[in-house]
Amino acid sequence: MRQRVTRRHVFGRIGVAIAGLLTTAAARSVKAAVQKVFVSASAPKDYDATRHKWLMCIDINRCIGCGLCAEACKKENHVPEGPCFRTWIERYIIPKPKPGSGQTRGEALVDSPNGGMHGFPESPVAKEEIEQSFFVPKLCNLCHHSPCTQVCPVGATFDAPDGAVLIDPKYCIGCGFCIQACPYGCRFLNPLTKTAEKCTLCYHRITRGLKPACVEVCPTQARIFGDLKNPAQDDPLRKFYETNRVQVLKPHLGTEPRVLYAGMDKEVR
Amino acid sequence: MTNEMTNIVVEILPRFEGYVYPNEAGPHPLWGFLIVLYPYITGLVAGAFIMASLVRVFKVRELEPVYRLALLTALSFLLCATLPLLFHLGHPERSFEIMMTPHFSSPMAMFGFVYAWYLMAVLLLELWFDYRVDLVAWSKTTPGFKGILYRLFTVGVTDESEPAVRLDMKLGRILSIVGIPSAFLLHGYVGFIFGSIKANPWWGNVLMPIIFILSAIVSGIALCVFNYMVLTWIRHHTVDMRCLDVMGMFLFYALVVDAAVEGLDWIHRVYSAEEGFAVMQYMAREKLFYTLNIGQAAVGTLSPLILLGSLQLFRGKVPELVRRRMYFASAVMILIGVLAMRWNVVIGGQLFSKSLRGVMGYKLEFAGVEGWFMGLILLSLPFVILTVLVKLFLSERLPTSGQVPQRSSAT
Repeated sequence: MRQRVTRRHVFGRIGVAIAGLLTTAAARSVKAAVQKVFVSASAPKDYDATRHKWLMCIDINRCIGCGLCAEACKKENHVPEGPCFRTWIERYIIPKPKPGSGQTRGEALVDSPNGGMHGFPESPVAKEEIEQSFFVPKLCNLCHHSPCTQVCPVGATFDAPDGAVLIDPKYCIGCGFCIQACPYGCRFLNPLTKTAEKCTLCYHRITRGLKPACVEVCPTQARIFGDLKNPAQDDPLRKFYETNRVQVLKPHLGTEPRVLYAGMDKEVR
Repeated sequence: MTNEMTNIVVEILPRFEGYVYPNEAGPHPLWGFLIVLYPYITGLVAGAFIMASLVRVFKVRELEPVYRLALLTALSFLLCATLPLLFHLGHPERSFEIMMTPHFSSPMAMFGFVYAWYLMAVLLLELWFDYRVDLVAWSKTTPGFKGILYRLFTVGVTDESEPAVRLDMKLGRILSIVGIPSAFLLHGYVGFIFGSIKANPWWGNVLMPIIFILSAIVSGIALCVFNYMVLTWIRHHTVDMRCLDVMGMFLFYALVVDAAVEGLDWIHRVYSAEEGFAVMQYMAREKLFYTLNIGQAAVGTLSPLILLGSLQLFRGKVPELVRRRMYFASAVMILIGVLAMRWNVVIGGQLFSKSLRGVMGYKLEFAGVEGWFMGLILLSLPFVILTVLVKLFLSERLPTSGQVPQRSSAT
């Protein structure tokens, strides 16, 4: 005789199916976690990420706004044309206060024409009216508590043990959540790959003993890059620390950036 | 912001004022109209479910005529809730990774699970328990394809005995009770997606999930009012005024709470005037003037508050026809207002630079995935599904208000 179907039977089967799905999910999560540990992200096979701690420092007083860094970055990392920048330079022009205004300084003017890639046009403020003017190179802030990795729904972006914040482009679903979460505007959606992209500190270079492209081409050594775990003799990072008081961008957000700035003004954010 | 010297992209794409980070200078905001629809549709689901729970959990018998309609509304919108999100992804083919390898610290990753839980464990099950005996009966009497469908939906369980029916009722009620926090979770989480973004002063707000839940309840009830009135009009039936009055009452009180909390949010923003307040002020005055002040505040909140509030005070003195029109107008205005609210949150939050030194423009286009035509299709789709569901599952004669469901008399 045919067995009578009851709710218990039906739900039993549905339960088994759900349990099967969850097992698959768990298995894939473990696989992804393992992959993440061994992810090479264009690093050579013998590179051990746990033996390095990369750090970038910027000396604002040294930057001349030539834009070579932004240009080198675009070329080195095949960054698409248009509003896609892994690094860029901002120019700040702070005019003198208007007489009788009771202010300490005028309203800051900020620009970054094409990311500062080809330098900057002449200042629209007459030279004698300028109180201060300076350039600020920007890049991924290598946050210790990075909001971008926190919000990624699939874990495609992650903090590497050596301090770099990386993205697995084969895993990114292109939702844009990380781009919204980055307080510094350092991420963009690559229009060609449809995945999120950002500065990787030229991971393919630094893992082979080279400097990031932007550091390499900087004519004034405004960008100082080094490995905190393997300080070299006369390490420029140490000298930078000894001679400067440093600041980070948007410290109130608690992201604890690891890109440190010397000579920063309150207008910079 | 009004300075002449701006980012050079201004010269190429005149949609910026002031300085925006170069990566923010794309032609469109990252999250467009589809992401506006996503919290809107999800909110309608949550609200319609809460409306249905009023009948089963809180025993508001006056709302019995709309119980099943509310559940079917919730289902038809829930089936479409993920579509805008899916279409928006850069790699929709990888979307299953959200469920397969979720990143637990991401609010977006949790959506897959909350959605699956809500669809499978709450809504479909509750509907199934509610309809099971009917499905068995219909599968015996209905010929053809429809009959096969009903038989399929019984999933082979044809027990019509009194204890089985009693168990259905009991389980349905338990699911309804579980469903209320689930509905809150479903939509509260959507609010958290925005509220958790500390990088954006427009979004990063502890009240955001609560505002989303409250506006969801308001929009869900308004949708039920709208659907019920349209359905009775199409079927040439008379509206059950007792039911409509009670729906109007709940709509009014939900709107009062929603407006109070949203007002509180704004008062807090204005009073504390934290970093970024200047740019927000500019947004409210310029970029979002129509959608915020007119769409959300005047049309979506104040006008229905006045209409529904006056009906609470003078209901007896207003003729039925006028009352019906007032309820309908309020529902439509609320539905528009909540859509405007979602727009203000999603688009508004992307119309200013995170450098807080400049603003961007946005023009909703007709064509394309993020265009309004696509949005219209996605907004119409739940109504198409609802029409099919109503034809299949909603009997011609809706129960009257105050009527205790017949099956419960078996208990």
